[in-house]
Amino acid sequence: MNRSRLFRVLCFGLFVCTLAAPAFAQTTVRIGAVMTLEGAFTLLGQEAVRAMEMAFEEANYSAGGKRIEWLKESSDGRPDIAVGKARKLIEQDKVDILIGPMSGGEGLAIKEYARSVPEKTFINGFSAAQETTLVNPSPNFFRFNTDGAQWQAGLGNYVYDAKGYRTAAVVAGDYSFGYTQVLGFMTEFCAKGGKVKEKIWVPMGTKDFSSAIARIPDNVDAVYVMFGGADSVNFLTQYYQTGRKTPIIGGSNVTEQTVLSTKGPFQQHIIGVPSAHMVADGIEDAAYKDYVAKYKKRFPDGLAAPSAPFYGYYVATKAALTALGAVGGDLGGNQEKFRQALAKLKLDTPTGPVSLDENRQAIANIFVTEVAQRPDGTLYTKVVKVMQGVNQTLGQPRDAFVARGVPSRDNPSCP
Amino acid sequence: MKLFILASLNGITVAALYFIVAIGFTLIFGLMRVINLAHGSLYILGAYVGHDVATATGSWYLGLAAGGASVALAGILIQSTLLDRIQGQEMRQSLVAIGLSIVIADLLLARYGGLTYQFYPPELISGSLRLPIIGGYPVFRLVVVAAAVLVGIGLWLIVHRTRFGIIIRAGVDDRSMLAALGVNVPLVSVLVFGLGAGLAGLAGVVGASALSVSPGEDARYLLSSLVVVIVGGMGSLAGTAIGALLIGLAEQIGLAYFPTYSVIVSFVIMAMVLALRPQGLMGKRR
Repeated sequence: MNRSRLFRVLCFGLFVCTLAAPAFAQTTVRIGAVMTLEGAFTLLGQEAVRAMEMAFEEANYSAGGKRIEWLKESSDGRPDIAVGKARKLIEQDKVDILIGPMSGGEGLAIKEYARSVPEKTFINGFSAAQETTLVNPSPNFFRFNTDGAQWQAGLGNYVYDAKGYRTAAVVAGDYSFGYTQVLGFMTEFCAKGGKVKEKIWVPMGTKDFSSAIARIPDNVDAVYVMFGGADSVNFLTQYYQTGRKTPIIGGSNVTEQTVLSTKGPFQQHIIGVPSAHMVADGIEDAAYKDYVAKYKKRFPDGLAAPSAPFYGYYVATKAALTALGAVGGDLGGNQEKFRQALAKLKLDTPTGPVSLDENRQAIANIFVTEVAQRPDGTLYTKVVKVMQGVNQTLGQPRDAFVARGVPSRDNPSCP
Repeated sequence: MKLFILASLNGITVAALYFIVAIGFTLIFGLMRVINLAHGSLYILGAYVGHDVATATGSWYLGLAAGGASVALAGILIQSTLLDRIQGQEMRQSLVAIGLSIVIADLLLARYGGLTYQFYPPELISGSLRLPIIGGYPVFRLVVVAAAVLVGIGLWLIVHRTRFGIIIRAGVDDRSMLAALGVNVPLVSVLVFGLGAGLAGLAGVVGASALSVSPGEDARYLLSSLVVVIVGGMGSLAGTAIGALLIGLAEQIGLAYFPTYSVIVSFVIMAMVLALRPQGLMGKRR
């Protein structure tokens, strides 16, 4: 009696499963995401989750007539972990589209992994290493955010022309993203005739920068600095504590909200620091203001304004949903139609139009900014110049740009 | 020359901070044989609590006091409710401490988020001082050295000149004999744990004023404490001072002259000490 009932239940369960499985595959699209919810980039990971949530909610969790199912995995910023999580999402959870990752090294690793699963589609989250799409791009890896070198477009010219700096020293993190940003800055600054006298590379994990600061030469017009988050706060604090007066030029992360929101004695000194990024707090566009208002309403416990990683994941998710809509949710034929739609996409984002080049890398606006203070005392990045449609080769012919080699400690150089 | 003097001075000031963190760690280990792997969490707990109090009251000194006192209290609670029950079982104590550090780190992340926090030290001790040859030097870093010297002298006096110190030293050598003499060893353990934890909390406020505090600092200071006491010798006051100086100087001089390899210098020192003198420079062979 008992056994036969069990058998019937089992049979029924099997029946339901066989019915449900094909129906399931037809009506939903599974989107996987890799972001950093542990380690030094935790805050950025939280922003990525918020970004995808907001994009999905705006689309009511559906696109092209399909219901969206969202699966997340956390990395800690290390490439092997990120690939492990991507593999898990693709192989075990059977996601159709993968969005992520957060940081440069992870991005390079996931691009390589993408090559081994050509039937799936990968959309970058926020990682910004230049090589990911410049050299040997993977045909199923798309990046709707600009890279670390693009983010510095306009900055070199601005500080040379408007600020009158002729010589500079560089202090930056000793890793791929640091090299990429320095290359972006130096490309313009050196072309104008500016000289970078000394480059000081500081190993990752350094918290006490005092001896790196001691190496900065006195006879330069400005110091270009590139660190992220807490490292940036530590560096600036120690720099100003020594009583140095040489003005600072900021890498993209130096004037990010994660730094500007930190309350500390360094704040009074960084007003006026020039920088450049793919987003800026002070964009006056209605679309951008609307985007900020939506963020604040949806996430009252979030940051003062949506951060750059938020923008990165938000645009990536928007791109996936828009392309899904364009093909009516058709992911058949190894997603070929979907990928073609992605490649042709012209997205209107809160910071302006975004399109892709032949390597599936974003061409988008970049904002040259200066740190300024609002009447309520909070700091923000005020736009001083908008660089329209910056491409990955910074306006130079692709062959010549690629021939100069990947950014490294010694490339480029103009002492 | 200027660079060398600056790097050395930086090394000494970093060493001072490492010393204040590691001294509590070694004190706890010396008496209780507990490798308190939650020490880094106590450090950031002190920094965050101190920050809240300093922001609310506007007084950095109150923040410093609150950071030290609240973490001392937390240490007393941890020892009396968790670690004391499993006294003598070193592996279990270490595991409980690791678990505790994860819980504390996540609670702090939930409360404070991933943002970086900093203190506003009083005008008197912030700003920079003109020194011969090297030019401007932050006053606060010199204050950290002074604080470390005070803490070192204070602890030396407690351990070597007071009755409480005699009990601690006796406990280091033989706990059961001490108990047989009628001393309430669990109570002494709780007090020493509180003292060691309080120093970590104090260091948290000092460290967050000299630099800043953000998630992940706990692991960093736990690691630096471990390296310092392994080099200096577990449970030795003088050893901790020497270990902190060696590691601090190696780190900063490395950063000034060969930055790419500076990260490994302190570990090379640790490996050499372990190979040649496993008990540490000032440690006693047991």
